[in-house]
Amino acid sequence: MSQPQEKTAASAGEMTSESPVEATTAANAPSGPASARRSLLPGNTLLRHLVILAVCAVGAVALLELTSPFRNSQFAVLAYYAIAAGGLTVLTGLNGQISLGHGALMAVGAYTTALLLGAEEPLPLAVVFLAAVGITLLLGAVVGVAAARLHGPYLAGATLALAVGLPGLALYYDDVLGGEQGLRVQSPRAPEWFQGFIGFVSGNNATTTKWLAYVGVICLLLTFFLLANLARSRVGRTWRAVRDEEVAAELAGIDLGAWRVLAFVVSAACAGLAGAVLGVVIRLAAPSGFTIVLSIALLTAIVIGGLGSLLGALLGSALLVFLPPFVTNLGADLGLNNTEAAQLAPFIYGVVLIIVMIAAPAGFVGTIRLRWLQARGKRAARTAQG
Amino acid sequence: MAGATSASSAAGGTATGSATAVPVLEVTDLSASYGPVKALDGVSLRAETGRITAVLGANGAGKTTLLRTISGLVRSTGGRVRLGDEDITRAPVEAMVQKGMAHVPEGRGVIAELTVDENLRVGSLFRGKVGRAEFDRVYDLFPRIAERRGNPAHTLSGGERQMLVIGRALLARPRILLLDEPSLGLAPRIVAQIFGLLRQLVDEEDLSVLLVEQNARSALSVADVGVVLNLGRVVVTDEASRLIADEDLRHAYLGF
Amino acid sequence: MLQFVNVTLNGLVQGMIFAAFALALVLIWRSTRIVNFAQGSMAAATTFIALAIIQAGQSYWVALVVALLSGFLIGAVIERVVIRPVEGGPELNAVIVTLGLFVAIQALIAIVFGSSFQSFTTPFGLRGFTFGDTTILLTPNSLYVIGAVLVTMLALIALFRFTRVGLAMRASAFGQEVARLLGVRVGRMLTLGWGLAAVVGSLSGLLIAGGGLVYPAYMDVIIVSGFVAAVLGGLDSPIGAVVGGLLLGLVLSYVAGYLSPALVNMSALAILVVVLLVRPGGLFSSSTARRA
Repeated sequence: MSQPQEKTAASAGEMTSESPVEATTAANAPSGPASARRSLLPGNTLLRHLVILAVCAVGAVALLELTSPFRNSQFAVLAYYAIAAGGLTVLTGLNGQISLGHGALMAVGAYTTALLLGAEEPLPLAVVFLAAVGITLLLGAVVGVAAARLHGPYLAGATLALAVGLPGLALYYDDVLGGEQGLRVQSPRAPEWFQGFIGFVSGNNATTTKWLAYVGVICLLLTFFLLANLARSRVGRTWRAVRDEEVAAELAGIDLGAWRVLAFVVSAACAGLAGAVLGVVIRLAAPSGFTIVLSIALLTAIVIGGLGSLLGALLGSALLVFLPPFVTNLGADLGLNNTEAAQLAPFIYGVVLIIVMIAAPAGFVGTIRLRWLQARGKRAARTAQG
Repeated sequence: MAGATSASSAAGGTATGSATAVPVLEVTDLSASYGPVKALDGVSLRAETGRITAVLGANGAGKTTLLRTISGLVRSTGGRVRLGDEDITRAPVEAMVQKGMAHVPEGRGVIAELTVDENLRVGSLFRGKVGRAEFDRVYDLFPRIAERRGNPAHTLSGGERQMLVIGRALLARPRILLLDEPSLGLAPRIVAQIFGLLRQLVDEEDLSVLLVEQNARSALSVADVGVVLNLGRVVVTDEASRLIADEDLRHAYLGF
Repeated sequence: MLQFVNVTLNGLVQGMIFAAFALALVLIWRSTRIVNFAQGSMAAATTFIALAIIQAGQSYWVALVVALLSGFLIGAVIERVVIRPVEGGPELNAVIVTLGLFVAIQALIAIVFGSSFQSFTTPFGLRGFTFGDTTILLTPNSLYVIGAVLVTMLALIALFRFTRVGLAMRASAFGQEVARLLGVRVGRMLTLGWGLAAVVGSLSGLLIAGGGLVYPAYMDVIIVSGFVAAVLGGLDSPIGAVVGGLLLGLVLSYVAGYLSPALVNMSALAILVVVLLVRPGGLFSSSTARRA
């Protein structure tokens, strides 16, 4: 009984003594076993995640059926942001590598989707998505091999160059990729069975928008389910070891480079899927949609949530979706014109990045979790003394 | 043990309190921590003009932390540091040298990318314009670095680096010189040469030296007073000659 | 032949601008081990300040001076307020802060000055010199660009080599703790360093704007080129930054002239990756470079 408590206390103490808080602190916090013991969830990780997945799926259906078509489309946007942010969480949070190239990787997914769906006889959506993931994954492997040998500012600079350079290809191959205008995406209509399903569940109108929102949310849930299992598996532990204890990990015979490449590949696959979802939801793949601001927005999402926390990535992504309309309206009320007001959101992303890094590098979720662990640690220490 | 400690530090106080009883530096009950670990736990000592005070003890006894806390690189959690008449406990690091305290940190502290001459000039920057004669005096003291004044400091040998940093500290015209492990990694012959020179400087000028050393045997051969630290506390303070004579103490704390 | 000459000249002029920008990055990297990804946005901000002054009827030179001074102020204030808390901390935190500044400043420019394309004047002509009946791609403006960058570099060399402040700045950059123990006010030197770097960065922003169009994100491409140039030269070395800038300017100009302008940014990426993988310390890393 007292053993797990002691463990938690020790790790909480460890974190408080680390004076300049690493941005990745949230990822260090043990989340599973300690809390699982108290809750009704099963102890087995896979089983627990399956239960959570099922609950989330039911919740998502309820959410999508109880909200307006406009909200549905917002959830679709949330889905692709969160998929990409989840992938970035693996890379930056668990493995400690930064990437500003995820916007560009999303572009690869979106363009692949646009090209495949634009064919005379388009393949099934799932196959198209898999192809988008596959191609982005391959590119991610190439980038990852280079990235594995870089760190911090070097990696940031190299991926920044990728983000600025890759859209140039769309201009160079403008006969295939559509140049500045980009490619229209022929988003598929809702299939029969989906209309039946919606009719059965809520009786709502099964529009294409609704179908795409479901596609996004399904992709999101599957991605997070896989990422959560990965993070809690031996793979996730090794990534953390590669991040925190580079030397020790290497001495233990861990091939640092290979693990970094793997993290980049997983993360790129997520970005590819996110791009594919973006493509069908926005119905356009154009260079202007994948600027450096997109990559930094994703970074903001994972930093706000706390690097390394999937829940944080989801909350951060929600902010990316719901904050811009809010602040744009606010800006319009303050007398800014439309284009000026539209810049308020990126302005806030930047300011938030700065403030979070200075004031609470562990992020929102991470800070709360740290506080909670510290409080528990103190309580445990007090009972041990008493 | 506690009784013996206080008795001998009292004895040390009277012994050093005779002819040259002007404490340049007076440390009272100084404490410092790294996170939850107490590195210094109520350390008191005094260093006087014309004397070399050696701080001895095993690895991790708190010797380096003591110097770093005195010069403000580590924030103290309690106690006082006085330099002459002034309380400098909370004074910023950058102000110390102006007040007359020069601290040569562990690992020599040359600025590797600058030339020998530039290293010396950095040491005198705070004084405004400094005449060429003062630089020449340092070069006279250390002819070996004089030959290399135009070379980047990273080309110097360990001994030359030690000469450079001591020379640089002297350019600040300090009342007290804090030296952290000057013998580390140097050949015994070079150590003897450097310690001999320190003795000469202290005897001839108004200088006091607070010397932190793991190499207790060499340090006590040149020092007037020894302060033995263990786990952040002062175990004993006494004349160097008496510390050398105390075989039990030597075996227990000084390792020779 | 004429095309080759023109492409080369164009590359040299561009290279000078890259060199100045890379130099700004190197100055900051040397002293704080931070790559300032916000350098481009900061430069864009000062360019828009200059533009506003010119549009208010003042001369280019007044605008230039005010812009450079405000660049200094922006750099110094940023170091003091947002960089100081993350200095010496985990490197990822500092990277994220400068990225935050990057978007925040860019967005702020758009909010204050609008996001449309605006033309920016230059005090010198944009018509190439003529020899006999051939006109080459060297204009009075390009001479001004080259001259301005050269003067700035000489001034920096003089500052660092021959002045006490310059020595104090170098000491602070290379040995922070030792410098503090020697009585150097390291904090002030770092602030000063960021201010100076921002001046140099602003200058490159103004020079590249001259005779062209500006919009809030017009420096994005230069951040990449400047970073690549700085890495080419080894991030630690001001001379390396200048050589790297010139080299990169030439190569990218050849790519644009003989292949396609659309491939310029991809080429910069390719060069960067090759350098980072083959010689991570830069082309001149055998000198005194010390890897941190």
